[in-house]
Amino acid sequence: MRRRPEPPARRPAGALIAEARAVHLARGGRTVLDGVDLGVRAGTLLALLGPNGAGKSTLLAVLSGDLAPDSGRVLLHGRPLRDFRAPDLALLRAMLPQSSPVSFPFSALEVVRMGRAPWARYATFDEDEHAVAEALAVTESRHVAERPYPALSGGERARVSLARVLAQRTQLLLLDEPTAALDLRHQELVLRTARDRAAAGDAVVVVLHDLSLAAAYADAVALVHQGRVIAQGRPAEVLEESMLSDVYGCPVEVLPHPTHGTPLVVPVRTPPA
Amino acid sequence: MTAGRNQTADAEATADALGTEDISDTPGTESTAIAASTQCIADAVSATRPSAIGPAPHPARRRPPTRIIILTTGLSAALATLILLACGLGAFHIAPADVVGSLAHRAHLGGHRLNPVAESVLWDVRMPRVALAVLVGACLGCAGALMQGVFGNPLADPGVIGVSSGGAVGAVAVIVSGVQVLGQWTASAAAFVGGLVTVFAVYLLSRSGGRTEVLTLVLTGIAVNALGGALIGVLLFLADPVAVNEVAFWQLGSLSQATWPQVGAVLPFAAVGLLAAPRFAGRLDLLALGEGPARHLGVDVERLRLVLITLVAVLTAAAVAVSGIIGFVGLAVPHLLRMAAGPGHRFLIPGSGLGGAVVLVAADLAARTVAAPAELPLGVLTALLGSPVFFWLLRRSRAARGGWA
Repeated sequence: MRRRPEPPARRPAGALIAEARAVHLARGGRTVLDGVDLGVRAGTLLALLGPNGAGKSTLLAVLSGDLAPDSGRVLLHGRPLRDFRAPDLALLRAMLPQSSPVSFPFSALEVVRMGRAPWARYATFDEDEHAVAEALAVTESRHVAERPYPALSGGERARVSLARVLAQRTQLLLLDEPTAALDLRHQELVLRTARDRAAAGDAVVVVLHDLSLAAAYADAVALVHQGRVIAQGRPAEVLEESMLSDVYGCPVEVLPHPTHGTPLVVPVRTPPA
Repeated sequence: MTAGRNQTADAEATADALGTEDISDTPGTESTAIAASTQCIADAVSATRPSAIGPAPHPARRRPPTRIIILTTGLSAALATLILLACGLGAFHIAPADVVGSLAHRAHLGGHRLNPVAESVLWDVRMPRVALAVLVGACLGCAGALMQGVFGNPLADPGVIGVSSGGAVGAVAVIVSGVQVLGQWTASAAAFVGGLVTVFAVYLLSRSGGRTEVLTLVLTGIAVNALGGALIGVLLFLADPVAVNEVAFWQLGSLSQATWPQVGAVLPFAAVGLLAAPRFAGRLDLLALGEGPARHLGVDVERLRLVLITLVAVLTAAAVAVSGIIGFVGLAVPHLLRMAAGPGHRFLIPGSGLGGAVVLVAADLAARTVAAPAELPLGVLTALLGSPVFFWLLRRSRAARGGWA
């Protein structure tokens, strides 16, 4: 058999995979990121939280290399992100965008197989098919594999797109609102998958709007507000009533779950009289 | 997660089954060579293998599915038949057997010479015309498939970005002004230069922040086409009646002036374009996911676009320079093939070249025989047949998206 080149090595759990250091970014005259510092470690599921327009997606785009910061540094495996070539980067980080339209009627299976493209020089056919099959199974998308992607429902598309990203098998996973189109069961499925990947040594960054979901699954959360990371740490430390109320401009209550104490975040609501 | 465990087991079974096959299959069969040269993703994507999610029933890896084999064989057979027919049919009839005989004779494979008149009609009139139809058709079909892939839109056509329009301005300017720097090649060369200049102008104008929005590009193409039309109008206004006739004929698109030197002039461009295009099949598949995801999968999107647009310009301008404006081949052929064989570019790109050749040889045969002894302009014929396809596509994509997304 032909010798294949060695793929980049995985880093041990706890190692810094991606970092943003004093990142500033303005778009259209508006400061979107205002001195962000963030580190993403192997083996950790990090949830980015914050209100609409706080800069979460922009931060994710900066970490993925889609946007270059105006100032500050973005590092991947300790090297400046801009030093990486696109094909090498594709072996190290995968990104799930908020929406994933596909132009032509490729089948869901074909779409997931596209996630293996970066590995063309490194992996064997069997490794590729194994990764694809596993990703389809994990996202519960096997039954739609043969159907054309554009004909799938919103939730099915979201899961197939996640499968494509999982099939890419990178150590850094950036997921932008992966639960947005999903029902309760599949939201849990996605977060459980993300947690499993973190447990297997990946660095996973998830943008979420559901604070209780983040509290239940994330190892760490970062609260983004007006282009800054104003708090980061364990969910129980960061998800604190007064700060959340302040950031979201809406009074919230943080209640411990009755049996296991995981924080539950709910807006303060007055029940009808 | 029982499903997950079963799946893993399945995949391992697949791996085992395929692992043994891999050793016996190693010596470079054609299919493995292709797979190796054209970024393995392409074949992974184009081949429909349900086996990949379950255990492999038999080692069918990296071999194109039956449908694609049938299509390729069918199109090749159709092209061969049409070439024989097109060489034989016309005002001076030559039997297909005689065409084959004369071909064989020239190739020193037996056969026989025809009488001098037949020989001359066949080799000096029909053959160059058919050869030109094959080349022009292949260029247009292939360019159409590339364009649609680049813009992620089945409605994209080489004409959309202004190559044809720019080429027309160049050729008309030369015809009207009477400049003859390159002798009879002046108009063709001007069409080529005009097309290339236009396509790059459109591309540069529609870039902002290092990106190209598809909508902007298409709209810019429309504006450029309008400008091209206006410039041709001005030139026609200034032209004398003889030149007006020549311009009209050129604008309608025709292969009736075909000669061997013309074939020789298109061949290098066609060859470069047609041979280079399939290399980008895998990356074009990824581009269907959108710019961002394609980049995340390792595609240098901006560079890919630039290279592909250059290829489209070379292919289309080469075709336009010798045949005038022949529309809708680049639109209809890739689309029909996509419906028949799926959207994977590994087949779509060479397939559209083949399909374009079939369509253009057939259309040119029809153009010169249906109204004999008169000859229909080829471009008019393809537009008549092609525009209903365009309308139908418009309706369909509108319905599919619930309006213009």
